[in-house]
Amino acid sequence: MTVRVFVPGDAAAVAVGADAVAAALTRHAPEARLVRSGSRGLFWLEPLIEVETPQGRIGFGPVAAEDVPGLLAAGLLDGGAHPLRLGRPEELPFLKRQTRLTFARCGIVDPRSLDDYRAHGGWKGLERAIALGPATALEEVVQSGLRGRGGAGFPTGIKWRTVAQTQAAQKYIVCNADEGDSGTFSDRMVMEGDPFVLIEGMVIAGFAVGATKGYVYVRSEYPHAIATFGDALTIARAAGYLGANVADGGFAFDIEVRVGAGAYVCGEETALLDSLEGKRGQVRAKPPLPAHQGLFGQPTVINNVISLATVPTILADGAARYRDFGMGRSRGTMPIQLAGNVRHGGLFETAFGMTLGELVDDIGGGTASGRPVRAVQVGGPLGAYFPRALFDTPFDYEAFTAKDGLIGHGGIVVFDDTVDMAEQARFAMEFCAIESCGKCTPCRIGSTRGVEVVERIMRGENVAASRALLTDLCNTLKFGSLCALGGFTPYPVMSALTHFPEDFAGPRLRVAAE
Amino acid sequence: MRAPEPWNPDRAAEVIARHKDAPGALLPLLHELQGVFGCIPDEAVRPVAEALNLSRAEVHGVVSFYHDFRRDPAGRHVLKLCQAEACQSMGCRSLAAEVEQRLGVRLGETTADGRVTVEAVYCLGLCATAPSAMLDGQVVGRLTPARVEALLETLP
Repeated sequence: MTVRVFVPGDAAAVAVGADAVAAALTRHAPEARLVRSGSRGLFWLEPLIEVETPQGRIGFGPVAAEDVPGLLAAGLLDGGAHPLRLGRPEELPFLKRQTRLTFARCGIVDPRSLDDYRAHGGWKGLERAIALGPATALEEVVQSGLRGRGGAGFPTGIKWRTVAQTQAAQKYIVCNADEGDSGTFSDRMVMEGDPFVLIEGMVIAGFAVGATKGYVYVRSEYPHAIATFGDALTIARAAGYLGANVADGGFAFDIEVRVGAGAYVCGEETALLDSLEGKRGQVRAKPPLPAHQGLFGQPTVINNVISLATVPTILADGAARYRDFGMGRSRGTMPIQLAGNVRHGGLFETAFGMTLGELVDDIGGGTASGRPVRAVQVGGPLGAYFPRALFDTPFDYEAFTAKDGLIGHGGIVVFDDTVDMAEQARFAMEFCAIESCGKCTPCRIGSTRGVEVVERIMRGENVAASRALLTDLCNTLKFGSLCALGGFTPYPVMSALTHFPEDFAGPRLRVAAE
Repeated sequence: MRAPEPWNPDRAAEVIARHKDAPGALLPLLHELQGVFGCIPDEAVRPVAEALNLSRAEVHGVVSFYHDFRRDPAGRHVLKLCQAEACQSMGCRSLAAEVEQRLGVRLGETTADGRVTVEAVYCLGLCATAPSAMLDGQVVGRLTPARVEALLETLP
């Protein structure tokens, strides 16, 4: 029997040498069958390769191309002993402590194999949706309590219901894959590791609301995701899961990929719609809601990749099973992404409710540098910086809001004690200035004034007055901006100022980080 | 990286014809034009506007809005250094400063010999293998000054 060896084709694995490992395996072990899977999301162990043995899959990592001959000599293809041998990946604490619903297949299956997808529970959600009919399938999503995983946290089912109830000749499903938040990579991982689940989720959405056309708007910084997802579309179409009669269910649906052009603000849903229409990615005033007048003026469901990729598991196993995970109004699981200066960085899918401290210290293992954790930014560049004093905050939409923060798309970026929080506040304003679409004044002009005020504080000019001015400016941005870019930039700025006031005390003789 | 072709109105017309009837065609069209010519030359604005029934100002507005679109060709190689928060926590600022010093350019500039353009990028989604970069479309993570040095050495 030919042994299957899995080497991730995930961009992060490739970035640390997975392609070279794959090439070495092809050269030294031509008898093995190489599968380029997605990543399991244990990035400190990448490239993490796995071998299929009678005892289950055995992992080895982190593997460099130079290790391959030695691994083979030690019996890699039989899962033989070697210092890099990790045992069964499922038994590693980082994976064992997870609840993988959305990411059940990622890193396990061949992302281009429909047989693998079906063998691991694929299309069961679509089959059940078709059996239930559009209205009942939609109610399942409502009942699951699923909320938008892109950051805003709006109930997905309610959005769908609004579109379903709006009459129009043409409706659209738009998938927001413009994952621009630093510290996040879950959308990328799904598109590279389990692309059919996103296709299935979009097909179910189209079926439920009566839309026949879907667009995936993916950022240009993700060439691997674009390639893998594009291949998956071709394969799904050839197998009848896209087209005039989807899965013989008597309805039409197809998907087209559109590539962004490097504008962060296009992750905002209305700017994304303008960009899809071929315009500058400028934010629209709401109302009208995209559910009433979205893409090309038609009723449009616009959901994040993870929201849509979670729909198949909800339909397959029922709303109640999904809803039973989580706490309060945050139901189900969240793929949390541990990033930056963290020892065990990666994707950790778990039910809502784990505390920030558990995530950073226990799961993440503290910093990669070995120095103390000083701050973590949760929710991307528009998310607040949390000090250790707030590490008891449970990971939950409302709990983070109560602490003047947000969970956003689930990214946690860890910083050690060398971080200069005034510099981070300055960067938050600078980033807003670089990425502002220019439509509203607080964001367009306020961000540049914000950079200047923070720089004055850093130079020690009128520190008390400048801090008051910065607070006032943040209020203007927060309450006067049209969208979350200007509206949420105050979160990182004000949290840095509030929780780390010592970094805003005036000119400092910074001790150089050794 | 494929060398850009010199401006050729017939070649541009081919590309335009392929996209012009799709809804919201402008971004895919501009991406392909840039893929062929290495940038969106000023000469391209008028035929694109005419084909899509837009004003030249609208086309210019879109080209200038998005960071990806270039008005002039880049150097023979493009090095995009991630400068977003996750990479900041792993020292991307000092890494960028070293690259700037070594090549004698600032982020956003091209070396005098036209060999390398160095740019900032805000997130490549490689945030658990930071600091990260993309060199001519190839992703690299866990960068150190020595690794960047080695990458730059290999460039023709």
